[in-house]
This record gives sequence, structure tokens and C-alpha cells, in this order.
Amino acid sequence: MSGYARRVWMVVWKDALTERRSKESLNVLVFFSLLLLFVFQFALGPERARVEAALPGLLWLGFILSGLLAFGRTFLVERENDCWEGLVLTPGDKSAIYLGKLAGNVLVMIVVEVVLLALFAVFFAIDFTPVLPGLAAVLSLGTLGLASVGTLFGAVTAQMRARELLFPVLLLPAVVPVLLASVSATQTVLSGLPLADAGAWLKLLAAADLVYLVVGILTFEFVLEG
Amino acid sequence: MIQAEHLRKTYGPTPVLDDVSLELGAGEGLTLLGPNGTGKTTLLRIIATLLRPTSGSLRVAGADAVQEPEAVRGALDMVGHGSWVYEDLSAIENLRFWAVMGGRDAGEARLRAALEEVELEASADQRARTFSAGMKRRLALARVLLGQARLLLLDEPFTGLDRAGRKWLSEFLLSFKARGGTLVVATHSFDAGVGVADRVAILAGGRIVLDRPAVALGLEDLRRLYDDLAMGPGTAS
Repeated sequence: MSGYARRVWMVVWKDALTERRSKESLNVLVFFSLLLLFVFQFALGPERARVEAALPGLLWLGFILSGLLAFGRTFLVERENDCWEGLVLTPGDKSAIYLGKLAGNVLVMIVVEVVLLALFAVFFAIDFTPVLPGLAAVLSLGTLGLASVGTLFGAVTAQMRARELLFPVLLLPAVVPVLLASVSATQTVLSGLPLADAGAWLKLLAAADLVYLVVGILTFEFVLEG
Repeated sequence: MIQAEHLRKTYGPTPVLDDVSLELGAGEGLTLLGPNGTGKTTLLRIIATLLRPTSGSLRVAGADAVQEPEAVRGALDMVGHGSWVYEDLSAIENLRFWAVMGGRDAGEARLRAALEEVELEASADQRARTFSAGMKRRLALARVLLGQARLLLLDEPFTGLDRAGRKWLSEFLLSFKARGGTLVVATHSFDAGVGVADRVAILAGGRIVLDRPAVALGLEDLRRLYDDLAMGPGTAS
């Protein structure tokens, strides 16, 4: 494994171990998902057609709200005991830290998405299994886009005093293309249409992911240095 | 090792450091004394390349620390207020993380040897959350041992340590210096600070108002000078 890859892996390993022991983020996110589902259930009522029409939007609303909680916390652990300073002073390409944090956020989001899908399936009696491969493809691309921007803005706002206010204000406008494309592609997949019918949205999603990822890799060093 | 000329750092209109110049050779130890808010931490952070000076020039380990901070970072290490310890990782996991991030040998034997050197081998697998302030500082120093730092910057390293801890830390710093390492220690502790230094500097109002060889200063002389220069004439500490 190259030095760069080892450093990426080390950041993932450290964050995963910290999360496994503290359970600070996942416990909150799973509980938050449960609350969201209760709210959605009350808002939509039992009418099947309404649920199906709103489902793609609700799914992504759940993902982005959970993401807001998760991504905003990404770099807070680095503030404790001034670990941030240590990261700044580590020699080598700082984008390894960004990619490690991004991978950690994607892992957290995968867990949250699996929980949310399971809760939707139970609360609204929806069977996702026939559309699961297509849905997984859309979720993968959408999650990568959200996490790429969320990780970068998590770092930008981590050192700010009003970070809880600034983080969503910065993040939400930036992820509009990802959300638009993800909701539309999810709608196509959930309607039972082939994934190819959402080709244009998937291309937009892939392009947005690429742009966000490259911007994150190129700018992270400046963000870290403050 | 350090050549700083006319360093100035301002936050808005307020100068924190004003025209600070100092030179420190390899293997030398400098203790920075001064009241709170006189710029000791700011000066350390500038030397560590964590802050950019507003003006002035700084060379560390032969490289321009303002223009090429990356070239400097491999040569230095720092133990600040926070000690860079992840509370939910064990001592050895903390060392492994920083060793890999610094591109150093992260072999189990090497990590355990470093912990042994700072007398933390019995707590190697305990989470840092359970450590005292002194143990966290030892863990930070174990991290220093893993690197090849030639310059070690310490901010208030003696704070919160008992007598035995202070003695141990002084011996550690002297042995670092004996191996050719350069030390800059910012402290309020006169006796411990002077004990590890070749030179003592007093910062007041963002300026170095005294810079003398430690051997030329008795503790009483130093206290008197500190009171006169940093606290104002006629002030008793």
C-alpha cells in the first residue's frame, strides 16, 4: 500500500474506531431517522398514491437531513486536544485526510440509508427488493456527491463559531444539482422503469460528483490550513 | 535552526508580536517567559508554521518557514496545550495514527518501545480518555520520539504536572537536547524552564525585552528582571 493510501486508510480506521467506541453519530442518526419516519407517516397519512408520489423526495429529504447532522460533525473530533494542528503539520498531501474523511462519511451514510430504507419499507409497506440494484446505483452516486461537498464544508465550518448555522446554509445550495438529479433518478427507478431511462440524470449526477470530488481534493489543504 | 527577523503579527489593528528577532542554533534550548497574552504561544505557532506572520522573515531548519512551510514541517514537532490525543483511541492506537500520518515506522515493536521510553508501556492499550494530563503529555512525547524532529516546540509543558512529572519531563527534554535536538519552551515555570534552557528570553507586550544565557542568570536575578521588564518596575511577583 502506498504512503498516500495508508494515510487515507488510517483516517478511515481512526474515525471508524472512534465512532464504534463513542457511538455518538450513529445512535443519534438512527434515532433521528426514526423520528423523521414518524413525521412523514403523520404528514402523508395512509393513502398509498400520495406516499408513492412523494417517496423519492421523502427518501432524499431523509438522507440530506441525516447528512447535515453527520457531515457537520466530521471534523469536530479534530478540534478536541488540538488534533487539527497535528493534521496541519503532518507532511505530505493533505487530500489524503479529505479522502479518508469522505470515505468515513460515505460509510456512515450507507448505514443511515439502509436504516431509512428499512424503516420506509416497514412504515409504508413498500417492497424495495425488485428495484434494489437500480436504487443502489442512484444512492451510490447521490451519496458520493452529498458526502463530497458535506465533508469539505464540514472542514470549512469546523473552525467557525456559528458553524451550526453556516453549515446548512453553505451546503444546501451547493448540493441542489445532486438532489435534483438524485430525486429524479430515484423516481424513475421506483416507477419500475429501467435505469437507462434516468440516463441524463445519472450523467448529471456523475458529473457533479466528479466536480465536487476534484474541488474537494484540490482545495482541502487550504481549508485545513485556514 | 531558527532565524527570525522583525516578526510582527497583528489581529486587526492589535499587534500581538512586534519586531521580534531571535536566532537559535542547533542543539540549543530557549525558554520563553512572559505574562499571559504577551505572544509566547503566537510566536511558537509562527515558528511551527501554524500561523503566518503579518511581516518579517523566518527560517527554520534552513528553509523559509513563511514561503515553504512544508519544507519545515518534517524537521519539527510540537507539544501544545492540546497534545493531539484522540480520547477514544488507546495510547498505542494514537501513536499508530500519528506515525502513519507522519510517514514513519508504525511497527508494533517501535510503538511499544516509544511508550516504554515515556514509561507508559503499562497503559499502552488503555483509552486516552482515562489518562491524566501528565500521561497525555507523555503520550505526546512518545509521538515526538517516533519522528525525526530536530526542533521541538513546547507550550506550557510543565503545567498540571506534579514534582515527579516535572522532573521526568525536564530529564526528557535535556536528553532530547543532548541528542542534538533544539528546544523552544514557552512556560510560566521559572525553575523548570531555566533548567532545560541554554538561553532565557522574556516577552512583554509582544517584544523580546530580554535574551540572555541561562547560566548568567540566577533564579532570583531572573525573577527580579521579569518583574521589572514584564510586570513593570517595582512590581513583586
